[in-house]
Amino acid sequence: MAPNALLDVRNVETYYGNIRALNGVDVSVNQGEIVALIGANGAGKSTLMMTIFGSPRARSGQIVFDGTDITQMPTHEIARLRIAQSPEGRRIFPRMTVLENLQMGASLDKLKFFDEDVEKVFTLFPRLKERINQRGGTLSGGEQQMLSIGRALMARPRLLLLDEPSLGLAPLIVKGIFDAIRELNRTQGLTVFLVEQNAFGALKLATRGYVMVNGSVTMSGTGKDLLADPEVRAAYLEGGRH
Amino acid sequence: MEYFIQQLINGLTLGSIYGLIAIGYTMVYGIIGMINFAHGDVFMIGAFIALIVFLVLTTVFYSIPVALALLIMMIVAMLLTSLYNWTIEKVAYRPLRGSFRLAPLITAIGMSIALSNFVQVAQGPRNKPIPPLVGRVYEIGGVVISLKQIIIVAVTAVLLTLFWYLVNKTALGRAQRACEQDRKMAALLGIDVDRTISITFIMGASLAAVAGTLFLMYYGVIVFSDGFVPGVKAFTAAVLGGIGSIPGAVLGGLLIGFIESMWSAYFSIDYKDVAAFSILAIVLIFMPSGILGRPEVEKV
Ligand SMILES: Nc1ncnc2c1ncn2[C@@H]1O[C@H](COP(=O)(O)OP(=O)(O)OP(=O)(O)O)[C@@H](O)[C@H]1O
Ligand SMILES: [Mg+2]
Repeated sequence: MAPNALLDVRNVETYYGNIRALNGVDVSVNQGEIVALIGANGAGKSTLMMTIFGSPRARSGQIVFDGTDITQMPTHEIARLRIAQSPEGRRIFPRMTVLENLQMGASLDKLKFFDEDVEKVFTLFPRLKERINQRGGTLSGGEQQMLSIGRALMARPRLLLLDEPSLGLAPLIVKGIFDAIRELNRTQGLTVFLVEQNAFGALKLATRGYVMVNGSVTMSGTGKDLLADPEVRAAYLEGGRH
Repeated sequence: MEYFIQQLINGLTLGSIYGLIAIGYTMVYGIIGMINFAHGDVFMIGAFIALIVFLVLTTVFYSIPVALALLIMMIVAMLLTSLYNWTIEKVAYRPLRGSFRLAPLITAIGMSIALSNFVQVAQGPRNKPIPPLVGRVYEIGGVVISLKQIIIVAVTAVLLTLFWYLVNKTALGRAQRACEQDRKMAALLGIDVDRTISITFIMGASLAAVAGTLFLMYYGVIVFSDGFVPGVKAFTAAVLGGIGSIPGAVLGGLLIGFIESMWSAYFSIDYKDVAAFSILAIVLIFMPSGILGRPEVEKV
């Protein structure tokens, strides 16, 4: 637990009704890092991503962003601290066009940097430019994934949360996205916290990683160490490299 | 033929008023999935505020131009009615958000009764008349058009244009549509969802207040129970057009207006409401989500 972490999740518990989904989770993300979170289905990864935004709210523990305690802060105010998320299920606004979805991403700055930023997103995902006036709900799954990530980037985030960015995308596009994340991190110092099923790709990309099992973090370390760990290999890597 | 055109014009007038009210139902439904049964009474309150403003104006200024008086009535009614609806949402509906589905609906029915009883006590149970404000009529080829009707249709057209622009072309409208489509995601993008919902109630109330002012001008009389029938018809219009759809609300309003005036003209005026509701039932059998209701083609 670094004292100067950008994001610090301390001993957080989250419940759905009476069911405990997070079981005293400690995670921290430092400025400029790419941190990966891996774990089996139902481990609580998406719950952690949403708990950071207070939706659902942590029942106990503390979440601190850049020195500010955000545990009880309203969700939209958390977003205004420049934390952006491409959430599980993508959550594209179905009856808005691609353009409008991207404009929603840039709401915080009232579109001040829109033209400049949207070009960057289009460079990353040229496909979105071709589909600019198509309604979000009619995009293919992969296109929606690109739009969800693009929309998150439009917010000029200080911390970017990505919940399974590679889901449903062709391997070449996945590589493109991972390269783009690495590039944004290297050139702009963008801090990224990502959940991945593609553990191999994610741990190769990440500075550090966490492994979550049944609502608890059971292991953490540098990406390299986790990739080499026999337990991690057995559970998340063997038999499914990419 | 003249007779038919005459009915068309009458229908258009009525339909404009229903359409303005129907937007309030459909927008609130769109954003929080709730039928605001008190909306008809909010419309009635708008008409009463216009009436009070009229009385004050004619007492204070001996001879005020009618156009100016109407404008002031409309603006004050919009402001105060919005305040009413904003308060209703905040004290009665917001605390129940997230509780079981029927809770806000039951509260809305209670709110409707409370509002009409409040006006009954405050303003008395009898009809409140105002003198005819606009009397001029024009006759074109056997068809009579009153200036009142022209005002109603023109004001509605202008407001709907402004409103269309607001919803489709501004950041506020975009935020509203975002909340309507996925409230949680809107919050993740920094949208204050509660505030956006409040603004929706304010917008619905403003349009209802204009409808109330026009209604008062058209019929020259208002009573505490006048929220009910126009309210139910506007609600019918919203469902007919496809609840949640703003163009649908306008279209539904016009249709109900036409059906009502045609039925009264060619059949029996006593059954005009039955006619409107029967058509609603028939349309919903064949188009369950209304005429412009959401086509379910989206991926989820
Ligand atoms: N809204 C909800 N209500 C009740 N239980 C929920 C809800 N959302 C998630 N859960 C439960 O919480 C647990 C953690 O779910 P979560 O979505 O966080 O898992 P995950 O690690 O993201 O899984 P996956 O890899 O499949 O996306 C699961 O057991 C899930 O069934
Ligand atoms: Mg998940």
